[in-house]
Amino acid sequence: MALIELAGIERRFQLGDTTVNALAGVDLRIDAGEYVAVMGPSGSGKSTLLNLLGLLDRPNAGSYRLEGRDVTTLTPDEQAKVRSARIGFVFQSFHLVPRLTAAENIALPMMLAGIAPAERARRVERALADFGLANRADHKPDQLSGGQRQRVAIARATIMQPALILADEPTGNLDRHTGDEVVHLLEALNASGVTLVVVTHDPTLGARAGRQLVMEDGCLQHDSGRSAHAAG
Amino acid sequence: MRPADTLRFARDAALGTPLRTALSVLAMSIGVAAVVVLTALGDGARRYVVGQFSSLGANLVIVLPGRSGTGGFNPANAITTTPRDLTIDDAAAVRRAPAVKRVGPLAVGTSEIAFGGRLREVIVAGTNHDYFAIRGLEIAQGTALPDEDWNRGSPVVVLGAKVREELFGATPAIGQLVRVGDRRLRVVGVMKSTGQGLGMNTDEVVIVPAALAQAMFNTNTLFRILIEAKSREAIPEAKVQALEIVKQRHRGEEDVTVITQDAVLATFDRLLGALTMAVAGIAAISLAVAGILVMNVMLVAVTQRTGEIGLLKALGASARSIRLAFLVEAAMLSAVGAVLGYLLGQGGAFALRQAFPVFPAYPPDWAVIAGLSTALATGLLFGVMPARRAARLDPVQALMKH
Repeated sequence: MALIELAGIERRFQLGDTTVNALAGVDLRIDAGEYVAVMGPSGSGKSTLLNLLGLLDRPNAGSYRLEGRDVTTLTPDEQAKVRSARIGFVFQSFHLVPRLTAAENIALPMMLAGIAPAERARRVERALADFGLANRADHKPDQLSGGQRQRVAIARATIMQPALILADEPTGNLDRHTGDEVVHLLEALNASGVTLVVVTHDPTLGARAGRQLVMEDGCLQHDSGRSAHAAG
Repeated sequence: MRPADTLRFARDAALGTPLRTALSVLAMSIGVAAVVVLTALGDGARRYVVGQFSSLGANLVIVLPGRSGTGGFNPANAITTTPRDLTIDDAAAVRRAPAVKRVGPLAVGTSEIAFGGRLREVIVAGTNHDYFAIRGLEIAQGTALPDEDWNRGSPVVVLGAKVREELFGATPAIGQLVRVGDRRLRVVGVMKSTGQGLGMNTDEVVIVPAALAQAMFNTNTLFRILIEAKSREAIPEAKVQALEIVKQRHRGEEDVTVITQDAVLATFDRLLGALTMAVAGIAAISLAVAGILVMNVMLVAVTQRTGEIGLLKALGASARSIRLAFLVEAAMLSAVGAVLGYLLGQGGAFALRQAFPVFPAYPPDWAVIAGLSTALATGLLFGVMPARRAARLDPVQALMKH
């Protein structure tokens, strides 16, 4: 089943007098449960693609169907609901709220969604245990190591049990060893059925994915999965 | 987001920048405290003056010789330039008016009083028995002036508390003979000490019969006629009747002024009330300044927390949730500031009352309510703009700013 269907997606930015085509006619289909790596040089449109997939940005043209539903025409608040329920983000710089503890950071999406405190506490406790953070629950982000911070961020991204996890350079700020840990975590999530889209510069990380997309100048240059789909 | 979560989130956000939060709370509390203390001062002044006037006596109507106010050129004025004097007989005539309960003629002069080799300058008030009741003067020892014919003038005197103290010290005063001017008078009573009052301090006067005072000062005029109306409602009636009677006795010429204590009171009341309002208005400016400060703090908060706002949007926060969170934060700053300012202001008013016990420096309720609600309203009003700005942030741009 297709989780994501992009058709003729275009995204232009106005930089002074010149118009930059960040995305120029992207067609893409990602099935539920896939593990996709998006690669390419800086400025090739990887991040713009990820923002569009995460409904943080709107295309100038084209259609985006998420789980069969056209989401480009939704209002900002409807898109926020979709993000809340179906999409989890993992960022390169973790994006934890510095004044909140690890547990509170993990609970943040549930708080925004208005889930009852008892249910939140139950889910946070399990997530802390699952991600090996049980004894770090009351630590602020600045008391955590880089790997722990990213684990908190991943716990936060998965706490609403989304269908799709979007990770933008998840290992970019981590050393090799902790980076590997984080990748294994994400892959374990993928193995449990969550669709995983990772933007990365790192070819070794990219190579681990089941499908590689290479972008250049706003276009999909290479898609290792296309032939498979064509065949299927 | 649940309301409890919004509150907690806003509180944590405010506490995340303690100095900035403390400063804006301080500014708001100073504004509210200024309103509370300044209106307490203004209203205290009003109460003080009103209280002093009320102590002159209840339902008081006062007749003074001469016309007050200018009525332009009046042929009558051209002929009679000096007003006719008020006399004891005028006072006696006024007593017959139906709306009048008591009448106290008043002649005033200064003289000296001597007893046992001690001598002092003293204000002599010449009046009658009823005067004590009209003014609410209480007798500590002995009796008031005898209730006799007003023209008789028995050689008796009632002493003010301080005069008695200075002349007699610990020895009994009642029944003693004192010299006032060139007359020997018997002390029949001593008044209770009343403390400082507006106008005459009754502790330092001696009271003698009106006819006696007139004889002492070699005059037949009165300084005032004090009239007590039968009731509060009868005051205007008493005023009209008294004026009519005196006018008839003065051959139809209206050469006296009749004022009511109520009119004087009302004027002062209005005047000082307006003063309080003006002072409150000035204090309100500091509230507006505090409101603008809260807005500034919130704008800085939005700028500083741009990344966080982007994150909240990415995590599925609606524009409404974000707007509400920032608005609640602004409201918290001003609410805490307002409450703190209220306590500060009440503390200040309390300190004022301790320092000046005669001065009733209580902030009026309307000022407290207006001050608190202005603080909350400005806080919210000035919180709206930053909150909207936060809610409108583009999530992609906001996330990049982290």
